[in-house]
Amino acid sequence: MTNSRLQHVIPGALILAIALLVTYLSFTEEPAEAFLFPRIISIAFVGLAVWNFIRAAGGMAKVGRGLAMNDAKNLMPGLIVMLILVFWAAKALGFYISATLAFFTVYSIYDPAPHSSTKDWIKRAVITAAFMAAIYALFALLLKVQTPRGMFI
Amino acid sequence: MEFLSYFGGVFEPIALMLLFAGTVGGLILGATPGLSPTMAVALLIPFTFHLSPTQGLILLGAAYTSTVAGGAVSAILLKIPGAPANIATALDGNEMAKRGEGARALHLSFLASGVGGVIGVLLLIFLTPLLAQWALKFGPSHLFWIAILGVTVIGSLDSKSFVKGLLSGCIGLWLSTIGTDDIMGADRFIFVDALSGGITIIPALIGLFAIPQVLDMFAKGRVSAVIDTIDVPRYKVFDSVKELTCSLRALSIGTVIGSIIGLIPGVGGQIAGLVAYDQARNFSPQKDKFGTGHPEGVIAAESANNAMVGPSLVPLLTLSIPGSPTAAVLLGGLLIHGIFPGSDIFDKHPEVVWTFINSMLLGQILMVIFGIYTAAWAARIAKAPIPILAAGVLVLALFGSYSVGQSMGDVQIMLALGIGMYILEKFGFSAAPLVLGLILGPIAGDYFNNGSMIAAAQDGPWVYFFTGPLNIILIAMVVASIAYSFWTNMLRASFTKVPNSEAAK
Repeated sequence: MTNSRLQHVIPGALILAIALLVTYLSFTEEPAEAFLFPRIISIAFVGLAVWNFIRAAGGMAKVGRGLAMNDAKNLMPGLIVMLILVFWAAKALGFYISATLAFFTVYSIYDPAPHSSTKDWIKRAVITAAFMAAIYALFALLLKVQTPRGMFI
Repeated sequence: MEFLSYFGGVFEPIALMLLFAGTVGGLILGATPGLSPTMAVALLIPFTFHLSPTQGLILLGAAYTSTVAGGAVSAILLKIPGAPANIATALDGNEMAKRGEGARALHLSFLASGVGGVIGVLLLIFLTPLLAQWALKFGPSHLFWIAILGVTVIGSLDSKSFVKGLLSGCIGLWLSTIGTDDIMGADRFIFVDALSGGITIIPALIGLFAIPQVLDMFAKGRVSAVIDTIDVPRYKVFDSVKELTCSLRALSIGTVIGSIIGLIPGVGGQIAGLVAYDQARNFSPQKDKFGTGHPEGVIAAESANNAMVGPSLVPLLTLSIPGSPTAAVLLGGLLIHGIFPGSDIFDKHPEVVWTFINSMLLGQILMVIFGIYTAAWAARIAKAPIPILAAGVLVLALFGSYSVGQSMGDVQIMLALGIGMYILEKFGFSAAPLVLGLILGPIAGDYFNNGSMIAAAQDGPWVYFFTGPLNIILIAMVVASIAYSFWTNMLRASFTKVPNSEAAK
């Protein structure tokens, strides 16, 4: 099996598995009246998922280039920052502190400017502070959104 | 002429301020490569949550109008279309800019956008009440089929693969059923605690449209993307106006095509711009000049993609079927304010709807004025480095999705959907049908349940849902939308096979 075909087969199989699970739950869970609409959806869902999987396995799925290894490598640091921010830091450290750290980290990781230059680090810190000040003014002062405080704010 | 009596609402200080902010902000966001109009409107929705429905819709409408037009700035000056709707604009606009006629191209683009946009909004004003009147005849079974039609049309037309488009729609419909069933009080598909309240529309919209773009920017890595804007020497606006009046053929072709395409659910501005450009070239005696910096190319493309904006809201306001992905996001904006589009929208919320539509009319004029005088400046802002854009959108997505329900569960769902959508997009799936399934799912589900109850008291579901002239017409339209997409997929596949087989020889 070619790499391109395998790239389409894996998500195709995952979607088919989800469709089968949804169909199984729609037809077995009670009360049946609450699952009437999901049952109709699940029939179409599983039919299309089977068709999609057959096309992928047969090498007929041409739309979408799949995930390139280089892209996956590049996005991994940013993705890890996102996951830490949403699933831990926002609640543990506080929304504003964790968002500031996330902004600064993402900006620093992906900024093409050299990491050895002090001037560039100061620039990153100033831009982060200015952006987060605007966000604080908008959400905390203007819209009065109460955010989780955590250890800090 | 009922709309005239609601014009006063647009001139209230806060409404006017929001209109200005939405227009200028939309122009800048539209001009920024990598930020799509759909994402811009999705990120704005949380802010409207704290405004009155009229004010919120004015802000969203202004942003929708001007992001589409703003995309022309980067298309002309950077040769990077700010939105897919501006692809055709870049073909001639950038060539004009390279010749030192950037200001002329920008003037023509905004003036044509304004003319197309105003005619599009006038169509919205006059067609919507007519369609709403007609839609009064619809019962639950018809409205159920209309909701399904909305998903199949966008699923079929907005995706390169119709199987994946329809599958995206199905995933959206399924996601909409997660949570507690309103009638029976039963839990459906709640696998984790965060899903107990179901999937809230606004965090889902932000996740599905903003997070994939952030991840796309991450995937580029530490690239030093040096984008040089072309200098824009001054050009007299009056001369551009004169030139536009002499290019009526391109202007009318663009406006008519854009208006018609806007009325067709799911087609969107990209198709409108490209079809109008192609037809303007076919009807022009100077066909060869297209692609070399011909003003008519810019006029046709820009009048079309803005003429589409108004009509794309006609099926949205009357039948809950959005005409474009951005209109689908706007539907989410209506729903969070408790405004359910449908045949009775003009009876229940005349002030909100008419003020919103009127604001779009004024917004078109403001967009032309601001566009002409701030375009070159907007292009400079649009050169914001990718890491700042990525970090900024991430933080805005975090705060925006939290602020609606003040729930961390919403933020987690936003991120999970965003990551899932990024992966799906890499395999040819599209966000628009998924979003539409998510938005129309509860509507379709409610009509299905209501229809089932009526059917149980009458001749059964088969007779109720599948017979009667209107049901049959709607079912035929659902089948036709799928068949049309299947046919175009086959056609596309045969076109790509011919060169391959010839190359093999």
